[in-house]
Amino acid sequence: MAGVKLERVNKRFGSTRVIDDVSMAIGDGEFVVFVGPSGCGKSTLLRLIAGLESITNGDLLIDEQRVNNLTPQERGIGMVFQSYALYPHMSVYQNIAFGLKLAKTDKQTVDERVRQTARILQLDGLLERLPKALSGGQRQRVAIGRAMAREPKILLFDEPLSNLDAALRVQTRNEIAGLHKRLGSTMIYVTHDQVEAMTLADRIVVLNAGHVEQIGTPQELYERPASRFVAGFIGSPRMNFIHVEARTGNDRGCRINVPGVGERDLPQQLPADAVGERLELGVRPEHLHLTPAAQGEGVEVVNVEYLGSEAYLYLQMADGELLVCRTEAPSRFERGERVTLDFDADKVHLFDGEGRALPVADAARRSDRHSEQAPT
Amino acid sequence: MTLRTLKGIVLKIGFWLLVAVLMVYAIFPFYYALVTSLKPSSELFQVSYWVDSVDFSNYATVLSQPTFLAAIRNSVIVAVSVVLIALLLGLTAAWALGRVRFRGRTTVMMIVLGVSMFPQVAVLSGLFEVIRTLDLYNSPGGLILSYTIFTLPFTVWILTTFMRQLPDELEEAAIVDGASPWVTLTKVFMPLLWPAMATTGLLAFIAAWNEFLFALTFTLTDSQRTVPVAIALISGGSQYELPWGPIMAASVIVTVPLVVLVVIFQRRIVSGLTAGAVKG
Repeated sequence: MAGVKLERVNKRFGSTRVIDDVSMAIGDGEFVVFVGPSGCGKSTLLRLIAGLESITNGDLLIDEQRVNNLTPQERGIGMVFQSYALYPHMSVYQNIAFGLKLAKTDKQTVDERVRQTARILQLDGLLERLPKALSGGQRQRVAIGRAMAREPKILLFDEPLSNLDAALRVQTRNEIAGLHKRLGSTMIYVTHDQVEAMTLADRIVVLNAGHVEQIGTPQELYERPASRFVAGFIGSPRMNFIHVEARTGNDRGCRINVPGVGERDLPQQLPADAVGERLELGVRPEHLHLTPAAQGEGVEVVNVEYLGSEAYLYLQMADGELLVCRTEAPSRFERGERVTLDFDADKVHLFDGEGRALPVADAARRSDRHSEQAPT
Repeated sequence: MTLRTLKGIVLKIGFWLLVAVLMVYAIFPFYYALVTSLKPSSELFQVSYWVDSVDFSNYATVLSQPTFLAAIRNSVIVAVSVVLIALLLGLTAAWALGRVRFRGRTTVMMIVLGVSMFPQVAVLSGLFEVIRTLDLYNSPGGLILSYTIFTLPFTVWILTTFMRQLPDELEEAAIVDGASPWVTLTKVFMPLLWPAMATTGLLAFIAAWNEFLFALTFTLTDSQRTVPVAIALISGGSQYELPWGPIMAASVIVTVPLVVLVVIFQRRIVSGLTAGAVKG
């Protein structure tokens, strides 16, 4: 079975470290998405797995076999490039057949495979066309077809949807998800778009400046981000961050002072010696609760964005920070109104000075789960 | 008629007059050679700009000379070999210089460019010694070697420029498909470089076909000469006669292949010279 394992993989270009001690294990048939801001090394990591860049040190294993020095073809990977990189002078048929022919497959098998691939990707009628006579979405499918025709153990995607328009992107995203279900092969997918990551992935790898911030299912990343970076990266609109001060703290929970809200008890564990430190409170836009406030109290609603199914309210804090609140549409509040803030204490996140999430005390987590099951 | 339309007409007339002047300037010498070649030698010094009667005796004279036919054969061998060698070496060199990152790449490019700047005369004596040492004197081999030296620099430069414009991902896609560098070069890059190759190949062909100085220096006997030298050495019945008729006929004969080649590759050349100038 085709699992991929990275063991302390490093990549340096000259003296710049692009990939820094990355370790992970990707199971057979899993759909893993690398996500991160531009320049975080996600494409480089994919190219290291593909064999288009050499690994400076560390081990890459496919099927429990070390493949550091093997060519892409020997590793048994197929890759879909951002610009598709179809051979412009070859027809769709020749594009898909190119790799098979190079592998010295006999003619009949080549023909069968090409036609089968074309059928899966609905390219049947287009086999004799040149890439320039195809639409963006069709080119995309040819690129996928070329990658999967050799039946590689692992399929790699390098931002395959970034050249498509919004409507086609959603459609192709669904097609890729369907393809994964049908083929059951291991897929690794690179994107900077968190929606793609959340919708496609079995597991997401969040990368930042060449190292892994967190690996987990979309739900884990959303509900239990390990760091401020992950919390801010996953979710749209972005998580709100409020500077708070710790009043008391122990291994069962802590009490913090939130400007404009007051003191609150949170289930996060906080070492007693950290009391008085400045922490950051992370609140998702949907976990902020607003109540009307009297003139001169609370915070001001500076903007209301109406999106049809929901509305975003922008709130100006005293220190100049802008908070986002997701509410039902149409919103009860209007621009210029003043509101009082509150939040669900068991749904917020607390980050220490280095941006690490503080762990939730066990008892609190249990009661958290309990409250989720209880009808509200 | 308004002043504006009048101005438009005058401008249009001026434009076509200018075109006419340029056409005459470019074509007249060749046209006059053609006219002269079709005249019998008795009418040679009567100036006329039109072909009154067609007379092929000059062509018959030239084509009946075995040395001239041998010269055409030599020219074809030399020019075709030069084109093939220059394209093969140029393409592989362009792949290395345009695609492979290595230390000193720019230096190599600069040296290649520098070499092409030497005037022919400057290297003549040195090259003569080289050809003598290699035992290529008075043979097409010597000419092929020396012409390749002068055509390779621009072949490499033009092809490298084109090679660099091909997207990196195309090569990577080929690598992922399991293609070796040679397969990538011949199956993926070469078809895309056709316009550039046609252009450089044709330029190399013209250079080799028309070259005179090396051809004169590195050959000795009539049987080894190429066309430009052969034409220059066509002599008349006595040392006081310059046989203009046969010379012009020979000139027309050797120009025709070039014209045919240019017409065949015209499209390619235009797209080759402008490709990459604008994105599209």
